[in-house]
Amino acid sequence: MRPEDFDLISGILKTRSGLILSPEKVYLLESRLTPIARAKGLETLDDLINEIRLHRKEALLSEITEAMTTNESFFFRDNTPFDLFKDKVLPELIKRNAQTKKIKIWCAAASTGQEPYSIAMIVKEMGAKLEGWDIEIFGTDLSNKVLEKAKVGLYSQFEVQRGMPIKYLMKHFAQVGEMWQISEELKGMVKFKPMNLLDNYMGFHNYDVVFCRNVLIYFEPDMKTKVLEKVRKAMKPDGTLFLGAAETVLGITDKFKPVTGSRGMYHTTDVSDALSSSLRTG
Amino acid sequence: MKSCLVVDDSKVIRKVARRILEELSFDIKEAVDGQDALDNCIADMPDVVLLDWNMPIMNGLDFLKALRRTDGGDNPVVVFCTTENDMAHISAAISAGADEYIMKPFDREIIESKFSQVGLL
Repeated sequence: MRPEDFDLISGILKTRSGLILSPEKVYLLESRLTPIARAKGLETLDDLINEIRLHRKEALLSEITEAMTTNESFFFRDNTPFDLFKDKVLPELIKRNAQTKKIKIWCAAASTGQEPYSIAMIVKEMGAKLEGWDIEIFGTDLSNKVLEKAKVGLYSQFEVQRGMPIKYLMKHFAQVGEMWQISEELKGMVKFKPMNLLDNYMGFHNYDVVFCRNVLIYFEPDMKTKVLEKVRKAMKPDGTLFLGAAETVLGITDKFKPVTGSRGMYHTTDVSDALSSSLRTG
Repeated sequence: MKSCLVVDDSKVIRKVARRILEELSFDIKEAVDGQDALDNCIADMPDVVLLDWNMPIMNGLDFLKALRRTDGGDNPVVVFCTTENDMAHISAAISAGADEYIMKPFDREIIESKFSQVGLL
């Protein structure tokens, strides 16, 4: 690939999604964009790039961005954040929000739905403790295509086996041919909507918990700062944030603070001192 | 080092499972059918059993039921690993005392994630 072609595509990706594509990832462009070229009746990636240069069609640009930003997702990916959510965050929220009986959870990179549905399964497991509560689980993603898959909730045998205990499969899925479909009950617990983390966060307020995992790694430092500060504004003053295993707030923003001993978990700074001192005395 | 008994009538599957599990630091023994597996367990109870369903002489489910009746047979974690992939088989296995269930084909990632779910990793 010619350097000017790489610059063209990486420039489009950066403006549209914040994705930083380093030159050694050129293979990723080739493997993900060649199928798009073929589907359009073009022979090579070069032809596709010419087409972009000539017409800059919105639909094509957004298709390219989706193809490059879509990532694999598993149910209960990395286990730890879900264990922390179940054992620490949720019990604390049940106490703290006892008056309103409302909990708001946002999955900011929901991809094909595994993360919000994993959260829904955990909420379901709480049973009577959350009887009569209003639990909002909101999944957003840049890519509309992945969200369409999330809404249908149909997963392959491989997908339902990576990370998910068999008991959850038995409880919450039905077999449909070779695939497994998540129950209507769980689907009803999660709402999905396309959203770009670089845009404005209109309508996003008062979230108790935000999962924003494995998306910041693609952003440049100043973009990470901007996104995290906007996320912070969409949260309650005593909110909890989960980031991916390879991500951190350190050196990025002081709006969040790591929770000692809880990998990947962060509190909004307004309360983290009060909370950690109550943990020490409690 | 935890011991794992790999029970499958296919030599190829035993070899693949052995390679994955040895990399995850398990000490591997092999059995070719349910009866062979039961004899193995009575002689020396493993920590984990990775168990095929359809095998000659004694199938996986009959082995599991016999194992759970054996002295000390409650202890091993039993993970089914079979081409039987319908809900009826899964339910029958879990009711008989299986701890986890893998539907073939499997890969390293699935074995690793299932083993970690039941606290083996």
